[in-house]
This record gives sequence, C-alpha cells and structure tokens, in this order.
Amino acid sequence: MTNILLLMFSAIFIENFIFSKFYGCCPFLGVSEKPDTALGMGMAVTFVMTVSSAATYGVYQILAMFGLEYLKTIAFILVIAGLVQFIEMFLRRFIPALYSSLGIFLPLITTNCAVLGAALVNIQNGHTFLESIAFGFSAAIGFTMAIVIFAGVRVRLRGANPPKCFKGMPLALITAGLIAMAFLGFSGMSIG
Amino acid sequence: MENNSEKYSVRSFLGQLKSGIIEQNPTLVQVLGMCPTLATTTSLTNAIGMGLATTVVLAFSNLFISLLRKFIPKQVRIAAFIVIISGFVTAVEMLMKAYFTDLYQSLGVFISLIVVNCIILARAEAFASNNKPLPSIVDGLSMGLGFTCALCLLGTVREILGAGTVAGISIFGESFQPAQMFIMPAGAFITLGCLIALVQKLRTVSAEKQKAKELAAEEAADASEGGNDQ
Repeated sequence: MTNILLLMFSAIFIENFIFSKFYGCCPFLGVSEKPDTALGMGMAVTFVMTVSSAATYGVYQILAMFGLEYLKTIAFILVIAGLVQFIEMFLRRFIPALYSSLGIFLPLITTNCAVLGAALVNIQNGHTFLESIAFGFSAAIGFTMAIVIFAGVRVRLRGANPPKCFKGMPLALITAGLIAMAFLGFSGMSIG
Repeated sequence: MENNSEKYSVRSFLGQLKSGIIEQNPTLVQVLGMCPTLATTTSLTNAIGMGLATTVVLAFSNLFISLLRKFIPKQVRIAAFIVIISGFVTAVEMLMKAYFTDLYQSLGVFISLIVVNCIILARAEAFASNNKPLPSIVDGLSMGLGFTCALCLLGTVREILGAGTVAGISIFGESFQPAQMFIMPAGAFITLGCLIALVQKLRTVSAEKQKAKELAAEEAADASEGGNDQ
C-alpha cells in the first residue's frame, strides 16, 4: 500500500507530467485561457486516463500472450480512441450533467499525448494492474493541477503589458518555465 | 477539392518548401507539436533524430493518406488516419531500435508518441486528404524539415547554454561553467518562449516593410495617374 502511495505522490509532484515529462503540452498551452475550462479539461483527462490505464494494461497482456508486443502503439491508440468515443456516448446517455460540462473536451483527448504516454510508461516501468491504475489517475491529477495553476496565472497575465513581440504564447511559455522551476524543488526529495 | 490540376512544377515545389520551413513553420509559427519540441531538444543530436523521424513519418503518412483519400469514408477518417500514422511510427521505431540504438534509448517513449503529434494529423486533415500524392509528399517533407529546423535551433541553443557543447563537442573548454537549468524542463519552456518572441518580432518587422513598400507603390501609381489626367 505504501508502495502505491509513494508512486502516486511521485507521479503528481516529482515527475509531474507537464513540468518534468512534457506529456500533454498541447492542451496545456491550448486550453488554459480560463480556470473553469482548464478544470473541465483536467477532469475529463483524469477520467479517460484512469480508465485507459486499466484497459491498455489488459490489451498489453493479450498482445504479450501472442508475442505481438511491437504492435502496442497501434493497439493502444485504437483502444484510447475507441474508449473516448465510448465514454462520450455513455456520458451523454446516462450522466447528461457531466456530459454537458466535459463533452466538448472529450474528442480532444484522443490526441493528448498524456494518455498514450501514461499507457506506455506503465508498460516501460512494468507496473502491475493496480499500480497502472494508480499511476494513470495520479499523473492525471498532476496534469489537472498544473493546467489549473497555469490558467490562473494566465488570467493575471492578460493585464500585463509586455513588449509587443512577447504577447500571447511567448509570455505564457516563459511563465510555464518559471512554474517548472518551482516544481524542480520537489525533485530534491528522495522517495523509497 | 483538387488544388493541383495543372502539372506539378519546380516552382510550386520550391514554394511549398519555403512555406513549410519559413512562412508556415509548424513549430515556431503555428505552435503545433509542443511535446516533442520541448522534451527532445536537450541536445542537437536528439533534436536531429526526433526531427528526421517525424519527417519520415509525416512524408509517408501524407503519401498514403493522399493515395487512399477517395476510399476513406468521411465519418471515420480520423481513425483511419491514426491507424496509417501509427503503422509508420511502429516501422520507424523498429528501424531506430535496430540501427540507432543510442538515439532510440535517449528519445525513449517520445518515438511512439509521434503518433499523437498534432502536426501529422493536422497535415493529414488539412492537406493530404484533398490533394494529389506528389504535392502531399512534398508538403510532408517541407513541414517535417521545418519542424526539424526549429528543433535543431532550440536544441543548439539549449545545448550551448546548458552543457557548453554542440552535438557533444565541447566549444568553450574546461573552465566554462554551463547553466544546467537550460537542459532541464524549465529551460525548455523559457528558450522556446524567447525563440517564438524573436520570430514574432521578425515577422512584424518584415510585414511593416512589406506595407511600406506597398504604400510607396500606391503613391507612385497615384502620382502617375494624376500626371495622365493633366
């Protein structure tokens, strides 16, 4: 149990998906204009990543049974695309309230490299089934935290008056760099 | 939707190349495909490896999507594109594992993650799915080279500042104390931010020059018209 807790803590802070691994930078920079939408995106990613970590674990076991490990990239991306479609339909049918808040983000998640990245890291590090789910969930929580913090900072940035050429993306990137530097502080901790 | 009904000429080839590398540079102008850009530019060697791997996948997936564009139903096109792309990514991954083992190990998961690079899906959707094979493969090559150039630029700057080397060769001698922050994640964000700011500056300067030129031309035309009236 402590093992899993340590894994989760490390995935959220020390090896934060955005600030130390760069998985999922496209939505991080694209959908972080407002804290509300950032939170929505983060929750949708958390949902999909937790489920897909479990699903890809199973798929990999099946592939490994037939010695087809080299097909993992194709298999995973298809599983993720199918899963996102399925979750979208499921939410629309049974939980309309959740669908109306997360719905617009779901199609974007297929090409979010955080989801595929988590699946591949799970395989690379040889996580067990439980560890895979815990890792997927906590990495997504780390992603959500990063994108919400960043959206909050970007709201403040809108009132700033930088040199013209730094307006927009460059300023946002430099801010992200400063936040990443703050997250470096966590890497001083040694765990396990 | 066929844009290139006439014969494909050298001039349009050069135009596409220029647009991919400079005017519509996928990384520095369109700001697409950020994950590999930030993650794999810790050194020039890694940057070239990642850029070329992406270029190969981009060119071949563009070619095949263009060849199959009349057979892929509109509703499932994204899924079809992803399958084609991931096929080529798997091929590139296996080739790199066999022939460039060091590079393969230092790039790690990011080779597989070429599948979800937005540049590739964006070119498939915006260009290859409604153009002929030859322009499509050139588009893939030029966008890929633009991506590679941007990566190399970023990789060089970060390697010089963060390690004092270029492609592993020391350039400042022993006494140089590199700022290690630049090969860490924070340095990636900051360097890319500064590079994009530089590109925006250059673009506004050249746009202003263009405008001034047009204004001057208009004035000259007005003046000559005025002359004709008299």
